[in-house]
Amino acid sequence: MLNSFWNWWVVIISVGSILACWWLLHWTKGVSDESNEKSGTGHVWDEDIRELNTPLPRWWLYLFNITIVFAFVYLAIFPGLGNFKGFLGWTQIEQYDAEMASATAAQESVYARFRDMDPSALMADQEAREIGGRLFGNNCAMCHGSDGRGAKGFPNLADNDWQWGGSYEQIMFTLQHGRIAAMPPFAAVVGEEGVPEVVAYVQTLSGQKADAELAAAGKARFQMICMACHGMDGTGNQALGAPNLTDDIWLYGSDPSDIEYAIRNGRNGKMPVFGNTLSEDHRRLLAAYVMGLSDS
Amino acid sequence: MSKGHARLEKNIILMAVFIVVAVSLGGLVEILPLIFGTQVTTPSEGVKPYPPLQLAGRDIYVREGCYNCHSQMIRPFRSETERYGKFSVAGESVYDRPFQWGSKRTGPDLARVGGRYSDDWHVIHLVNPRDVVPESNMPGYPWLLENTVDPELIQRKLSVLQTLGDPYTDEEIAAAADAVNGRTEMEALIAYLQGLGLTRSGR
Repeated sequence: MLNSFWNWWVVIISVGSILACWWLLHWTKGVSDESNEKSGTGHVWDEDIRELNTPLPRWWLYLFNITIVFAFVYLAIFPGLGNFKGFLGWTQIEQYDAEMASATAAQESVYARFRDMDPSALMADQEAREIGGRLFGNNCAMCHGSDGRGAKGFPNLADNDWQWGGSYEQIMFTLQHGRIAAMPPFAAVVGEEGVPEVVAYVQTLSGQKADAELAAAGKARFQMICMACHGMDGTGNQALGAPNLTDDIWLYGSDPSDIEYAIRNGRNGKMPVFGNTLSEDHRRLLAAYVMGLSDS
Repeated sequence: MSKGHARLEKNIILMAVFIVVAVSLGGLVEILPLIFGTQVTTPSEGVKPYPPLQLAGRDIYVREGCYNCHSQMIRPFRSETERYGKFSVAGESVYDRPFQWGSKRTGPDLARVGGRYSDDWHVIHLVNPRDVVPESNMPGYPWLLENTVDPELIQRKLSVLQTLGDPYTDEEIAAAADAVNGRTEMEALIAYLQGLGLTRSGR
């Protein structure tokens, strides 16, 4: 809201400038007399090319007058003159709210059908899969890839290996609350000589070749420290988001240097929260779509 | 007698006066009242001046020209709010000097990008966007990992902003240098991005 001074400032300058346009038009539109029209301005080039002084075309004058009338009509019905709201009472926010309300109503007719369906029915429904795929493309593909196969540091959703669990309920929880995986740095804990030992043992867990002596020493350390999250046998723990180390699926790479980096610096995978930005209707279809990715 | 248009077109001083009046009318009506009003100078709820690290990140954002491709203004249309989150309001940009609204979207709007991705994602994406988004045509900014933020400069920036009216306390300014000491430009830029739009996005 403008205060009274600035309100009148806007009103007076706006109306005044439109009136000034009208005055300017009528002050400058004519020519002085008939003879002037015929003789022109007196400017002559190349002996006989004379600059004439003809009046503005009628149609152009009418157009100008119409724009002046349009300006007053516009300012009367739409907000524009200071604090005056306009006779239509139109506001940007109301138009936005109406647009959202009609979209919500339109969506309601689509989503109502899905609410009674259980996850397996959603997975089987063609329309639900298509909507889920579009939601995935807009919200998930930036990290998990448009095919859901992930990237280094971002889980592959199209395999059957789940860091936080692959059940419908677990995926819904992941979507709503996000996930924060916190592997702390362990360089200080296992010691400088311990790092290569643990690396070697982790390599052997998934059947990679590694120095047997180092791996044996690493096993002792692993079963003292790493087991807290990854389990005694290294198969991981979905409740903590601790990956299974015995398969050949590697979130951050299986190279010894990748494993060493994780041990020295830790890893902090983070799935953002979508509970506030996507409605439950949307999240249900997304969860079913994600389950469908690894199902096929 | 000579008609008006002849007088106007032959008298350059009069013409100049008319031109100045004509071009200044829009600004007088649309800009001047906002400078003196409170509507666009009052921070909206929860909006605070940038902490030192985020402020450093903001200046990197400007330096690298991010605004050339990314806007920071979500317009009140369903097509925009469905994709980016709640529409932007003036009170969110009161501590932006200059504001980063932008007018060109080669990339997506960033007004509510805070919390949308993880810090790790941002690092990978800023070094080489195609590592996470194969279709992206955004350039990489690998040098952000090597450059560090100048602590002394940030302290001076904060005190300049204080004189301009941003409510930084003297303690905050005193602590500013330590807050950014040794941090990379990557950390600063990500801190800035992760703070964008949080007061209204619900993340």
